Amino acid sequence: MSVELAPQSQPNMSDEAALLARRRYMQKLQILALFSFMALLPLVVRNTYYIHVIIFIGLNLILATGLNLLMGYAGQVSLGHAAFFGIGAYTSGILTATYDWNAWLALLAALALTSFVAWLVGRPTLRLKGHHLSMATLGVGIIVAVVLRQWEGMTGGPAGMKTPGISILGFDLNTDLRYYYFVWAWVCLLTVLFANLVESRPGRALRALHDSELAAQILGIDTASFKVRAFVISAAYASIAGSLYAHSSMRFISPTPFAFETSVALLVMVVLGGQGTLWGPVVGAVSITFIQEFLRPWAQYDIVVYGLILMVLMIVMPGGLSRALGRLWEIVSGRVRARRARGRGGAER
Amino acid sequence: MSRPLLQVSGLTKTFGGLEAVSDVAFDVAEGSIKALIGPNGAGKTTIFNLLTSVIPADSGSARFNGHELLRMPTHRIAALGIGRTFQTSLLFDQMTVLENVMVGHHLGGRSSMLTAALGILGARAEERECRALAMRALEQAGLADLAGRPASELPIGQRRLVEVARALASEPKLLLMDEPAAGLNMRETDRMGEIIQRTRDGGVTVLLVEHDMSLVMSISEEILVLDGGRRLAEGPPEQIRHDERVLAAYLGEEAEL
Amino acid sequence: MTAVQVWQFFLSGLTTGGTYALIALGFSLVYNATGVINFAQGEFVMLGGMITAAAMAAWGLPLWLAALVAVAITTIVGLVLDRAAIRPARHSSPVVLVIITVGASIFIRGLASIIWGPDERPLPAFSGDTPIVILGATITPQSLWVLGATLVTALIMWAVFEYTIVGKAMRACAINPPAAQLCGIELSRMVSWSFALAAAIGAIAGIVLAPVTMAQYNVGAMLGLKGFCAAILGGLGNGLGSILGGLVLGVLEALGAGLISSQYKDAIAFIVLIAMLLIRPSGILGREGSDD
Repeated sequence: MSVELAPQSQPNMSDEAALLARRRYMQKLQILALFSFMALLPLVVRNTYYIHVIIFIGLNLILATGLNLLMGYAGQVSLGHAAFFGIGAYTSGILTATYDWNAWLALLAALALTSFVAWLVGRPTLRLKGHHLSMATLGVGIIVAVVLRQWEGMTGGPAGMKTPGISILGFDLNTDLRYYYFVWAWVCLLTVLFANLVESRPGRALRALHDSELAAQILGIDTASFKVRAFVISAAYASIAGSLYAHSSMRFISPTPFAFETSVALLVMVVLGGQGTLWGPVVGAVSITFIQEFLRPWAQYDIVVYGLILMVLMIVMPGGLSRALGRLWEIVSGRVRARRARGRGGAER
Repeated sequence: MSRPLLQVSGLTKTFGGLEAVSDVAFDVAEGSIKALIGPNGAGKTTIFNLLTSVIPADSGSARFNGHELLRMPTHRIAALGIGRTFQTSLLFDQMTVLENVMVGHHLGGRSSMLTAALGILGARAEERECRALAMRALEQAGLADLAGRPASELPIGQRRLVEVARALASEPKLLLMDEPAAGLNMRETDRMGEIIQRTRDGGVTVLLVEHDMSLVMSISEEILVLDGGRRLAEGPPEQIRHDERVLAAYLGEEAEL
Repeated sequence: MTAVQVWQFFLSGLTTGGTYALIALGFSLVYNATGVINFAQGEFVMLGGMITAAAMAAWGLPLWLAALVAVAITTIVGLVLDRAAIRPARHSSPVVLVIITVGASIFIRGLASIIWGPDERPLPAFSGDTPIVILGATITPQSLWVLGATLVTALIMWAVFEYTIVGKAMRACAINPPAAQLCGIELSRMVSWSFALAAAIGAIAGIVLAPVTMAQYNVGAMLGLKGFCAAILGGLGNGLGSILGGLVLGVLEALGAGLISSQYKDAIAFIVLIAMLLIRPSGILGREGSDD
């Protein structure tokens, strides 16, 4: 069908198309730059502790990227995302340690289980208007935390359980450095998938329903179903992060990292970095992981400072760091421009 | 006259005892432009909301191409080939103009989240094609130079054009337009009239709600007049113009009928 | 399983349920005034118990005076929380407000552990430990204190909202903020009132509960979350619903723990929450369709 709306004007469109193409190209270049940097980083950073921290940043980045799909694109909030992280970790851990499964098979099984749980929670709650998903996920988060602690026969209870490592075609990923590359390869893969997804038909459908659910439906988008899918994918990302956590060089998992506090920390990562942006989760994961690590040696003062930091960050920049920096840049560049204009004005006089 | 594309009968909706739409029946002939007019509160927009299942009808029937629309979810109605624009231009403000029109093409695509993320099974080709189609639609609407602009930055006249382009991208058989000329100046209104006619010439049946009587009289083939949620009169513009009941209903509201 | 045992679980469930009811009431008060879910609500409960225990131990105050001091200090904490953290972010998105209130809760918990240390602090029962037998089941006098406090607080709240100007103004604000402002009601004052009341009610819950469970710096989080479940169960923003939701939740939890499994006691409230969201998302007393 061709409906000509206004044949009279025919401006140069190639400029716009070129601009858009260039933006996408730049984005790919940025991703490539980040991962080249991460690949070279161990040449400089030799300290095992820092390697550990950076591995953990990678895991947080996977978690935050998944949650970002849900929050920044589908406009829904999960208050229990740590639960999916935990289901992934413990399914991998139990299947490999207790039942001697292959770690890759266990990862897939964990992925299937987590996605199923997310679907079970998301399908009924996302058909309703309002914040029902948040409340339901809050509940799921705590139920999972309780089960991990109480089901001692299976999970080892609060004391945790030992887990085996993982290998690729017989190559054991048993050193910190190897695991570092393994995790960051996953981060790279999952980030590229995410970038592809958001710039596609289903990704646009998500952003559309975030803006106006009615307009999205009028264009044929099954908004409830897309929200459920986004939620399931975000849970799947968390599950992968969990499986990777289970086989890390610590060889140990306990219920602590899968509690409500982690769910909140993940929210902060997404909000702080800037929801709905590709780089938001990176900024968020790096800063929150560093803040948590930095506070670790402060004994009992750590949680006071942490709570304070959360409050202050959210009060000062509710729109996230990237937006705050953008505004700061506008203010600064605005001043510079104003000063230049004034200078020129003076010269003319 | 060709066959009716949409057949509405007995359409009724009450809001807390107040009858907003009461036993309304009408047909829309395929390939025509039909207008719904009436004083404020006549139930015009409510009828659009009922036809697209934005709100559920109490009773009645609306058959489109052999399908019953009432009680069908909104997105499935869209899939049948019904597009709609809104009184307030519901654009996706966080997206660019081009992306808005690309969302309009949603039903034309097939890629799932998995194929899109992996870029397999033709997802990339589909994306390129969708982009090209949307760009062409913008060119034809004379909006190509706005492609990369955030939709939130557009003035009202351009918002309406983008919304029409977006609705047309879904290749509807029937387009419901809710006050397409509201807030437009005279020149823009004339252009919107041209666009509506061109849309019809392109094979799309149009049902519009409009307050601008000169626009309605000049482009529509049939007019349905509503008053207080009831059908008051129906017929070609010439007949409506001289209908005494219509004049009485409009008396004091719009003298230039 | 005998009927007496079920009756016993029911009675002990009512006791904890009374606490949940008071916490839920606090959630609903703040939610009505601001639309914010205050995840620091549980910390008010912790503060009530901890300050009372500390004031009795350190300054040798009598119970009633220590309790009064605890309520006063907690109320001030509630007011400060509103002024310092909630008000500057009032127009932010719900997620941001969730993070802020959780941050506040972590902060308060941390301060409590620094000031009073990590140990449990006992508080003597208000009127002895001699159990009372009702139809074959025993109940401690402290349980009666908890239920009594719930009842009295609920009645006072009802009277406040029904008969005082402040209460009526707060109701007006909850129903239609712009219209209330047009009538000369100062919204920010009403928000302060709601935080003050929520904090005071939380503190009362904490004081009467402390002899049952002991006071500790970290009891607030779980109590708060369960109180939140109770508020949703009853219909968020509905005062009577909050009381009802709390009692129902307490009883279900006690029955579940007693009849099914005590290990998973803490999960029961949240299973009830999810079941409720699936069956009747607006809560027991919430209006259908008013849930967004």
